[in-house]
Amino acid sequence: MTDLVELNVSEALDLLNKKEISAVELAKAHLAEMEKGRFLNAYITETPERALADAEASDKRRADGIARPLEGIAIANKDLYCTKGILTTAASKILSKFVPTYESTVSQKLIDAGTVMLGKVNTDQFAMGGSTMTSYFGVSKNPWADSNGEYTLVPGGSSGGSAAAVSAGLCMAATGTDTGGSIRQPASFCGVTGIKPTYGRCSRWGIVAFASSLDQAGPIARSVKDCALLLEQMAGYDPKDSTSVNKGVPNYVAALGKDIKGKKIGVPKEYLMEGINPDVKATWDKGIRLLKEAGAEIVEVSMPHTKYALPVYYIVACAEASSNLSRYDGVRFTTRVEGKTLDELYKNTRTDGFGDEVIRRILLGTFVLSAGFYDAYYIRAQRVRRLVYNDFKKVFDEVDALLTPAAPTPALSYEAMKNMSPVDVYLGDVFTTPASLAGVPALSLPVGVSKEGLPIGLQVIGKHFDEETVFQVADVLEKSAGFQLKPHRVKGA
Amino acid sequence: MPYIIEGKTGNWELIVGLEVHCQIISESKVFSGASAKFGGEQNTQVSLIDAGFPGMLPVLNKKCIEQSVKTGLGLNAVINKYSRFDRKNYFYADLPQGYQISQLYHPIVGEGFIEVTTDDGTRKIRVERLHLEQDAGKSIHDMSPDKSFIDLNRCGVGLMEIVSKPDIHSPDEAGAYLRQLRAIVRALGTCDGNMDEGSMRCDANISVRKVGETALRNRVEVKNVNSVRFVMQAIDIEAHRQIEVYENGGTIAQETRLFDPVNEETRPMRSKENANDYRYFPDPDLLPVILTDEYIESIRASMPELPEAKKKRYQSELGLPEYDARILTMDGDVSAYFELAAHGRDAKKVANWVMGDLFGYLNKHGLTILESPISAAHLGGLVDLIQNGTISSKIAKEVFEEMTVSGKSADVIVDEKGLKQVSDTSAIEKMISEIIAANPDKVAEIKAGKDKLKGWFVGQIMKASGGKVNPALANQILEKKLAE
Repeated sequence: MTDLVELNVSEALDLLNKKEISAVELAKAHLAEMEKGRFLNAYITETPERALADAEASDKRRADGIARPLEGIAIANKDLYCTKGILTTAASKILSKFVPTYESTVSQKLIDAGTVMLGKVNTDQFAMGGSTMTSYFGVSKNPWADSNGEYTLVPGGSSGGSAAAVSAGLCMAATGTDTGGSIRQPASFCGVTGIKPTYGRCSRWGIVAFASSLDQAGPIARSVKDCALLLEQMAGYDPKDSTSVNKGVPNYVAALGKDIKGKKIGVPKEYLMEGINPDVKATWDKGIRLLKEAGAEIVEVSMPHTKYALPVYYIVACAEASSNLSRYDGVRFTTRVEGKTLDELYKNTRTDGFGDEVIRRILLGTFVLSAGFYDAYYIRAQRVRRLVYNDFKKVFDEVDALLTPAAPTPALSYEAMKNMSPVDVYLGDVFTTPASLAGVPALSLPVGVSKEGLPIGLQVIGKHFDEETVFQVADVLEKSAGFQLKPHRVKGA
Repeated sequence: MPYIIEGKTGNWELIVGLEVHCQIISESKVFSGASAKFGGEQNTQVSLIDAGFPGMLPVLNKKCIEQSVKTGLGLNAVINKYSRFDRKNYFYADLPQGYQISQLYHPIVGEGFIEVTTDDGTRKIRVERLHLEQDAGKSIHDMSPDKSFIDLNRCGVGLMEIVSKPDIHSPDEAGAYLRQLRAIVRALGTCDGNMDEGSMRCDANISVRKVGETALRNRVEVKNVNSVRFVMQAIDIEAHRQIEVYENGGTIAQETRLFDPVNEETRPMRSKENANDYRYFPDPDLLPVILTDEYIESIRASMPELPEAKKKRYQSELGLPEYDARILTMDGDVSAYFELAAHGRDAKKVANWVMGDLFGYLNKHGLTILESPISAAHLGGLVDLIQNGTISSKIAKEVFEEMTVSGKSADVIVDEKGLKQVSDTSAIEKMISEIIAANPDKVAEIKAGKDKLKGWFVGQIMKASGGKVNPALANQILEKKLAE
């Protein structure tokens, strides 16, 4: 019997269609694995009853001949997605008791596609972080053990729970959100694949907002094809989100399996930064070589404003966050710490309900929007954002896609990160923030391995709304890289 | 005459700009689908968006754009083809999102003007801008000693904030500006203009300076002024306060004060309420609003006649004096009534009846023109009866009274009560002959030159006929008889 928790989405759909397995079997196998993998702390909320009910209904639909595109696929949702009747915390204390009465557009689309929800996975608090260390519910563990065989590594973040769960077989795929790399970096850390689609491709409605002009939903899965299958269901115009774009969603899977002969792949020289991990550099070189061998034309390009992306990102994201998080004030659906006056209630509630990193970013954002600083920081950042955007626009006149590293290092240890300054932690987003600022689609997939045996991902970046080329290039790279390693835990724990 | 306040140290003039918030007439709120209707049960017209739930996003109500453009055109203003929304950040319990969506940097409507007429004549008061924003909810502090209650029905209702330039120089002018603005938005159907229900609210920026000074002194923003009368009163009170402070050697700080109509004073708001840094920035949840010329022109084409144009038409086409034309065009319902009543008739005569007896009656009974017991057609009919000599003006007053009670038309009342004026010459001649015959002494006096006594005769005729004799005819016949 196939190990059900090792199946890719596409493989499982095949077996389900052939009636070799049932959705209930698939759900039960994952629920059992979730129990075994609980030490990873990937889930904030497990929903076994919901999963079994979903699975039974799914099997019935399949038996009735009305199976839907992802019928029976067991997934997890990042705990930033509002799920009707199910606790939605944003990994924060302030929302630790919040049960929405509504379902986010994207998670609803996945329900409508026939998926089975296993639970809600961990994230950095309000998606602010790159490790899940800021979660009120504790850090998740990377299922890839360190060189001593210990689980001391962070899964990355903010969608670290999603990446860890997908990597460890605690779900077949998971939703993530990406504001400055929150899908791509954890995917790289955990040896899985994730795509941040074009800004506006997926509805943001019902997803707890971090930075509205950057937040984008996307899938994390174990193959490029699985990501294509998932994104096709998640994407689409939503009149409830004014920034979602009214464009048809292409058949992404159809983009796969095509060769890339003659495709121009840009390699931006500014991404070769000082301090880049040699294994990451080696993996990048490997990726370039593989694409070249597959017939692509490799073009060195220049994106001169790359180095400004990180500071610009932190100004814009924090500014928007400081405003977006104002609604968590102790008056309505949040936790509340009483005070003698309204101002005291705000102060007490927010001091108690937000973690340090969230408070740091609210303060930062409040500062850059303040009278006297607005022009120097926010306005200037917006101007530079435009320049970063123009860099992409310009290179995409020349090339079809870009290939870069996804993160400057493989997964770091919890201990190492604890001792890093916030700014050093922010540096981990250096390769992912430019695409976020420009709003272009970017996918991270595992291509190499570090000396310690940890996965290293590369990033394929495409033109606005050209996820198809991104998938096409990533698919070729995936096949030629032949990344077969799996985390130890699946077999070992 | 410019408005001058005489102080101990010299003459002062007044400089006022008004910020008027007009609630937009629309089915639903500006960024959510909840009803925008006034007066619903508390917290029954609240969507998840209005209540600021996690993950909720605003979606612009196109009707509010249309209403703002329409109002902008009514203010003779520039319509900005590019406008954008900004967030105004502050914490308050009736502001669930923690920010108000407004338009600071790129408002939908730019500069325009309103023509305002006072006893001193007609002036253009310039409008600086009109921007679209959302209203906050209501905090209710007087239901419990230690708790505040929040009603979010109003939260998210569309508002047009119309900001004037500091062009207003007297309380009268401020009142006229507000009334004219109200007449415009009512005529356009973009705001119902009810200050008592809060659908139109006014803050006044007030400063004074010595006559002859050119620079502006610090202004004080007076909030919470909820009627035209209060705005005029608040301006007057605040101006006098400022002058007194200056004349006693003090200075006026740029601050916000509240108008207290009970104690007839303005007083400072707590300094905390003053010290806000709103951290405005473009709302990333909303796209810029891009309008095309075709769109703007299609709205222009659908505009009804505005009070100012209507006023000018009443003057030029109907020959009404400026005062009558202004009064009759202040309110769309009044002008509609008037036009119906005046159709095909002597407009001035009809205007006199509408502005005199009818307004008098309505005021006395606290009725609006829509609640008038006399229809426009009936009032016109009454004027017809006077014009064609069926009844005298005096009888007409009596008929009018009866019309307010029974709602019947004038000719029916005249018929029923037999009030028809006697115009039958032979009958009048007979009556006069009898009176002359009975008063030979008075006739002799007239013939001796005491012309005044003719009036006595006419009075006798009216008395004998119960007022129904056409007085002109009676005079004519009397002259003839006396000359015989």
